[in-house]
Amino acid sequence: MRTRPFLVPEARRIPVTMPQGVGVGVRLAAAGILLVGFPVLAEAFGGRFYLNLVTRAMILGLACSGLNLVLGYGGLVSFGHATYFGLGAYTVAVLAREGVRAAWVVWPAGILVAAFAALLIGAMCLRTRGLHFIMITLAFAQMVYYGMVSLKQYGGQDGLRAPRTDFGFPLGDVALYYLTLLLLAACLGILWRVVHARFGRALQAIRDNEARAVAVGFSPYPFQLVAFVLSGALTGLGGILMAHHAQYVSPAMLSWQQSGAFLLMVILGGVGRFWGGVVGAAAMVALEEVFHAATIHWQLPLGLVLLVVVLLAPRGLAGLVEGRPR
Amino acid sequence: MPSGFPTTLLLEQLLNGLQLGLMLFLLASGLTLVLGIMDVVNLAHGSLYMLGAYFAATLARVTGSFWAGVALAVLATAVAGVLLEVSVLRQVYARDHLTQVLATFALILVFNEGVRMVWGPQALLLPVPQELARPLPLLPGLGYSAYRLFLIGVGAALAALLFLLIHRTRLGMWVRAGASNRAMAQALGVPIRRVFTVVFGVSAGLCAVAGGLLGPILAVQVGMGEEILILAFVVIVIGGIGSVKGALVGALLVGIVDTAGRALLPPLFLRLLSPEMASNLGPAVASLLIYLLMAAVLFLRPQGLFPVRT
Amino acid sequence: MGNRALFRMVAALAVLVALPAGAQPRTVRIGFVSTLSGGGAALGQDVLDGFNLALRHLGNRLGGLPVEVLVADDQQNPDVARTAVERMLRRDRVDFVTGIIFSNVLLAVGDLVFGSQTFYISPNAGPSEYAGEQCNFYFLNVAWQNDNMHEAMGHYAQLKRYETAFILAPNYPAGRDALTGFKRYYRGRVIGELYTRLGQLDYSVEIAQIRAARPSAVYAFYPGAMGVNFIKQYVEAGLLQQIPLLLPGFSADADVIRAVGRPMVGVFNSSHWALELFNAINRRFVEDFRRTYNRIPTLYASQGYDAALALDHGLRAVGGDLTRKAEFRRAILSGFETTRGRIRFSKNGYPIQNYYLRQVVETSNGEIVNRLRGTIFRNHGDAYVSRCRLP
Repeated sequence: MRTRPFLVPEARRIPVTMPQGVGVGVRLAAAGILLVGFPVLAEAFGGRFYLNLVTRAMILGLACSGLNLVLGYGGLVSFGHATYFGLGAYTVAVLAREGVRAAWVVWPAGILVAAFAALLIGAMCLRTRGLHFIMITLAFAQMVYYGMVSLKQYGGQDGLRAPRTDFGFPLGDVALYYLTLLLLAACLGILWRVVHARFGRALQAIRDNEARAVAVGFSPYPFQLVAFVLSGALTGLGGILMAHHAQYVSPAMLSWQQSGAFLLMVILGGVGRFWGGVVGAAAMVALEEVFHAATIHWQLPLGLVLLVVVLLAPRGLAGLVEGRPR
Repeated sequence: MPSGFPTTLLLEQLLNGLQLGLMLFLLASGLTLVLGIMDVVNLAHGSLYMLGAYFAATLARVTGSFWAGVALAVLATAVAGVLLEVSVLRQVYARDHLTQVLATFALILVFNEGVRMVWGPQALLLPVPQELARPLPLLPGLGYSAYRLFLIGVGAALAALLFLLIHRTRLGMWVRAGASNRAMAQALGVPIRRVFTVVFGVSAGLCAVAGGLLGPILAVQVGMGEEILILAFVVIVIGGIGSVKGALVGALLVGIVDTAGRALLPPLFLRLLSPEMASNLGPAVASLLIYLLMAAVLFLRPQGLFPVRT
Repeated sequence: MGNRALFRMVAALAVLVALPAGAQPRTVRIGFVSTLSGGGAALGQDVLDGFNLALRHLGNRLGGLPVEVLVADDQQNPDVARTAVERMLRRDRVDFVTGIIFSNVLLAVGDLVFGSQTFYISPNAGPSEYAGEQCNFYFLNVAWQNDNMHEAMGHYAQLKRYETAFILAPNYPAGRDALTGFKRYYRGRVIGELYTRLGQLDYSVEIAQIRAARPSAVYAFYPGAMGVNFIKQYVEAGLLQQIPLLLPGFSADADVIRAVGRPMVGVFNSSHWALELFNAINRRFVEDFRRTYNRIPTLYASQGYDAALALDHGLRAVGGDLTRKAEFRRAILSGFETTRGRIRFSKNGYPIQNYYLRQVVETSNGEIVNRLRGTIFRNHGDAYVSRCRLP
């Protein structure tokens, strides 16, 4: 056995309670008001682009929060979450190609497809630990990727158009923004309940010391599997939203680069921090936007900034926002 | 190919698999040592491979000799590796794997852009050395590339050398001690810090050997490091992290399985399925074969073929 | 932050946003989205350099209007490209978009560009979708339709009466289209048809199969780094002397020659453009490109150059009035002078042009370049235009 679990050591000591103090509630409310009012602001400043950019950041934040459940709270480094993201997105496009566009069919179908894939893959991968878990999740993700690329009728490498699903009214960009915001808030609410319930505490106990958890009477496998499926479903929901946002799906959504990007966002935001996924995704989108717009040599400043973050903010960016625990 | 597979073709494909595997070994051995002993996930390993190839191409042009170019590139990349270890990686040893992933990913971005700014985005020229630019007759009817045979020779020789280094020298003893139990080794007086620097330098040098020698048959271009890095990770996970023997076996397995898949599956599918389905399914299954291999190995032996830690 | 500081910031922002609308005279804004990092970066850089050179030759004006070019890297990723294009359309309000190298990237952003009634001038990607049923008023391609080069090489193989051919390409839609294009004009026997993994590094297996199959000729479509890998290994296996290797122009241009070197001498390839095409525009382009960027221009660079010429021609025809879109399109479709001489276009926006045979040769001063060897097709269009319902 590897002596060291593949995990942030600080995260083991972080309690999952919300940081105390008045500041947090106020900050949260301020962020909420800002996000609800943002479209009005964006329209005023002629920025449909910024509206869509924030939508994109929220979608990635949702997907990353899903990943953070297994990564941060479960201690399981999945290098294959693009699979669930991509499968959610592809469900929208493939069903549309087959003539099904009713939202009440497509959305649950997408979540179910992602969750079912997570169930199958998780059931097999959870036999392994550490780096081996990383690589076996990658292996399955690559299999799904190559499978999708070979499906010529669904576009192969070219990808596929994904018209927005039918809600009975036209879903414009502003409506999609509010839908995303609503779903993000709902999912974060669910996640909050989950990690603070007995289930979440057990999950973290297993992460911190599996032997002890077993001794106390928890069997790790079912807890981890349920967390993995929930995580896959949330990331899949992110994929459905992304298909609506981009109105196009491509195998790049299923690629290992996408899985890696999710991991990086969560690490940047803070592994095992409740807000880690959201903060990391928002920061990455913002950093890329700033550097992409400024120079075609964007990789250099982005790399340097990430290095500085690693060296100066060991708990991720959410660690800075949330402040020190206790 | 009406009469199935002639033996010469089979032999040639086997040599191809061997050559691919041994080159992967050069990358994987360094990666597995760094991960096994130093407990560092170094994503920038692929960047060192790229750097090695760029140095080799540039120095070969400057010196006018392929051999001098590769030799100097190995030295230069080893030095670059040591500098990288001292300046950045030391800062993240004490940190967890995920922080190392983020830090070394940042390094990939910096390396890629740095190389592009210095050398430009166009692929560089690194020709096959004159003396090896011809096929060697191995069997009647089978002329195999002299250069690829040379790659097989170099790969095998370096593998042997690494085994001697690890099993017959003091440094090797320290390395083995560090891989199986670092805290214990340190307590027993192994100068772990110096060992780290040397191991990192050697692993960077091996990257440059692979980069320089593959340069004549692969594009020397920005981004060449990432695709091959994933393969190297697959290799060390199959072999068992920290085990050089495992890296060798894993690399050969991956090389041969990948080659066999591409050589045998499409014609096999063509016999079993309709041409339309076969041309669709063949490349897809051949692409994911090595991942199936990895999943199967991990399913049967979750610690890889040659687990090091006890 | 104090209220006053906040107010000042908002005010400054408002001024910043309002500024372009009031600025005089009207500048043309071009959004240039291209692959500028990773394995495909060399292609994007070539198109960009060609485009910029044309702008310099035009005195930084297109149709008399001053020009501003915004450049972004799509990383060969459809999702990244989408964000970049959206930023240019919605925030920067560009008047035209151009630059994309890869068809799959273009297909992911096409609807967005067309939907905002903005012209996309393609300097490279020419997917069959936009040539046929999904053809669009706002799409113009100054390069070629994806199948064209392969059709030309198939026709050449047919003219040479090669009895058997072994053909291979990466396993993705453009690869399949390429081989379909080749087979459309080649009537001999295809004794091997292989699709390899996209981004594959090692081709020894495929090369061994080619050697065993003993075809009269090999046709391979591998763009970018894959092409360099395949050709290096084909050469290294000693097959080039035994079995002729036929390539589309983009697998045998200056960028690939630079990476493979002398062994490429003798290779035949098809192209719509060549270094020594005899016209004043091309001569100026080639000479100044070599002087400015210190390398031999590729066909990608010529396409970037021609994209700027197309914009100049179209804008000149409407007197700089960007609202006269139908006239703009009609002016370009009816033809203009390019590095390839005067070319005109089909109703789907794809060119009708000559395709040439080129051969890689070593010149007397030791340079390795492509030489024009003949004309394969005259005034050749694409196979999909009949399905396009544009008038």
